[in-house]
Amino acid sequence: MAILIDETTKVMVHGMTGRSGTFYTDLAMRYGSNYVAGVRPGKGGTKHLGLPVFDTAAEAVAQTGANASLIMVPAHHAAEAMIDAITAMVGVIVCVTERVPQHDMTQVMAALEGSDSVLIGPNSQGILTPGGCKIGVMPTRDARPGVVGIASRSASLTSEILAQTSVAGLGQSTTVGVGGDAIHGIGFVECLKRFREDDQTKVVVLIGEIGGREEEDAAAYLTTLDYGKPVIALVVGREAPKEKRMGHAGTLSIFGSETAQDKTDLLRKAGVIIAKNADDVVPCVTKAL
Amino acid sequence: MILSEYKSKELLSQYGVAVPEGRVARTAAEAEALCREVTATKYVVKAQIGAGGRGLAGGVKFAATPSAVRSEAEKMLGKPLVTQQTNASGEIVKEVYVEAAVEIAADAFIAIVLDQNAQPTLLASATGGVNFEEQARRNPDMVSSLTLAGNDVEAFLQGLGFQNAKAAAKLVENAHKAFLANEMTLLEINPLAMLASGDWVAVDAKISIDGSAMFRHPELETLVMDHALSSVERTAQENEINLVKLDGNIGVVVNGAGLGLATNDMLVDAGGKPANFMDIRTTATSFQIAKGVELLLEDSAVKIILLNVHGGGMTVCDTVTEGVAFAYARAKRKPPIVARLAGQNVEWAHRMLSERRLPVTVCTSMGEAVDKAVSIAKGGRV
Repeated sequence: MAILIDETTKVMVHGMTGRSGTFYTDLAMRYGSNYVAGVRPGKGGTKHLGLPVFDTAAEAVAQTGANASLIMVPAHHAAEAMIDAITAMVGVIVCVTERVPQHDMTQVMAALEGSDSVLIGPNSQGILTPGGCKIGVMPTRDARPGVVGIASRSASLTSEILAQTSVAGLGQSTTVGVGGDAIHGIGFVECLKRFREDDQTKVVVLIGEIGGREEEDAAAYLTTLDYGKPVIALVVGREAPKEKRMGHAGTLSIFGSETAQDKTDLLRKAGVIIAKNADDVVPCVTKAL
Repeated sequence: MILSEYKSKELLSQYGVAVPEGRVARTAAEAEALCREVTATKYVVKAQIGAGGRGLAGGVKFAATPSAVRSEAEKMLGKPLVTQQTNASGEIVKEVYVEAAVEIAADAFIAIVLDQNAQPTLLASATGGVNFEEQARRNPDMVSSLTLAGNDVEAFLQGLGFQNAKAAAKLVENAHKAFLANEMTLLEINPLAMLASGDWVAVDAKISIDGSAMFRHPELETLVMDHALSSVERTAQENEINLVKLDGNIGVVVNGAGLGLATNDMLVDAGGKPANFMDIRTTATSFQIAKGVELLLEDSAVKIILLNVHGGGMTVCDTVTEGVAFAYARAKRKPPIVARLAGQNVEWAHRMLSERRLPVTVCTSMGEAVDKAVSIAKGGRV
């Protein structure tokens, strides 16, 4: 099963003809994912990596039945590409691009409102269903199909925890990088809801860090119901240098807490098992199963 | 990208937001001389630093005369100011702002931010002032929020108890224009003061501009505070590395912000003291990584380097070890290295470490590497 994507997902790539686009499309196809098209305004009608290239996502959907998009375009074109995919009613849109201007997201989020598209990112390493489909830039050599669902704010820690769960023989159902930007699409709560419905997922790992509201929102959601599966959380940044934190209104609680301690306290109260550190996550998972 | 107070005010006044008259000075003599250009019965001297909490830390002083302005400026300039929001060594004051002190009849707080859906949102409270942040943290209900698009700001402010809400709403409207036109991520006015005349004035202001949008605003480049980063941190930034200096003795070389935070958490838990936080960005080349490592080796406090890398889809292990090897080949001082490598190209990276004859101890888990690094930092055997 897994969530959001599997071996039947048909992926188009916004920016496939670029250097990164070419590299990561090739890697994902070698992994066995079903990539069907590229999108690059002005290059419609050409072919790249053996796939047809279209001017718009709508054409790619009409011609190939693509239902997911990987967006790897320069930051100043990213909003345009996301809106192109949302307008074409693409189901899963993964934006890997870093440094997307925050004000550009105003229109993206408005377009997303009321649509059925799920946006992952921007500034996300992507989503991976091991053995099924990879949409993103994460490594796959340590990934194994299995029972752990991972939702994470950190690419490097996802790779780390993923490798550890594979060594422990647990494997992963799906890993979702929600993205490192303050304004992003799918969050922990939506991931938790989907993992809850997924038979393959037996346990969920949340990888959080200081700043933002993901952990607070997840805790609020988990207190409203009996989740039915163990949830383990690692929140890093307890000892983060002060300069990493916002200096002024950013510290107000509507933006989330500035300390990892507050976040873990809320999650613990919501029934989440807190991992002490990055080495403690897999022991917590094993114990909970 | 934070703007200092006076630059924030300069920018806001271009959009019709009223601010007190003021001038910026870099020396005490200049501060005294500039008083002549400011129409005021009383002055206020304000240290221009990036961090907040200035008022409570002695960074804002009233002065009745130009000579008093001079002596207050003298006490601030060139010295570190330690506030609740700086680290223990504080931030050096390089500029002071000399401003006409205003008679405040009522003070309030407003801020404009982008909410989780990227909609410009007004935060407001009818009471502001120096203690506001502390109070708001204890009592979040003090701050009310309103999505700016399509809502009646005047009625909202009226409802919160703002006097002369019509004028305050006009100020918010102008501030909103400034927020959008300059792609700000935060615009904060605290205190927003009402004078006896009923006019609202931004007595303090703080603006943060989206660094990712600077390519569209070359005119703002000169406004951005250049002293928010130390020279070491700036050099690291230029080399695609986020580096924050700390005061410990364990140099930390890590790829990825999450793994960097996790590593420092574990070091502190194990009784160690990190000399830095590091996040090698996915775009960094091995030459750039070498520069980052050199910055650590140049710091004589660094007794050991902890190398914790998880090779990912974008930064593979050997890119990092190659950078470390470059740095060590050029360095005079070669402190021992404890390495924990995993993920993409780990075998090749291990081979490189041993072939380049680096003084390295290889560990298999993060916990083991952290314990080893802490023990060596405390004088234990390599």
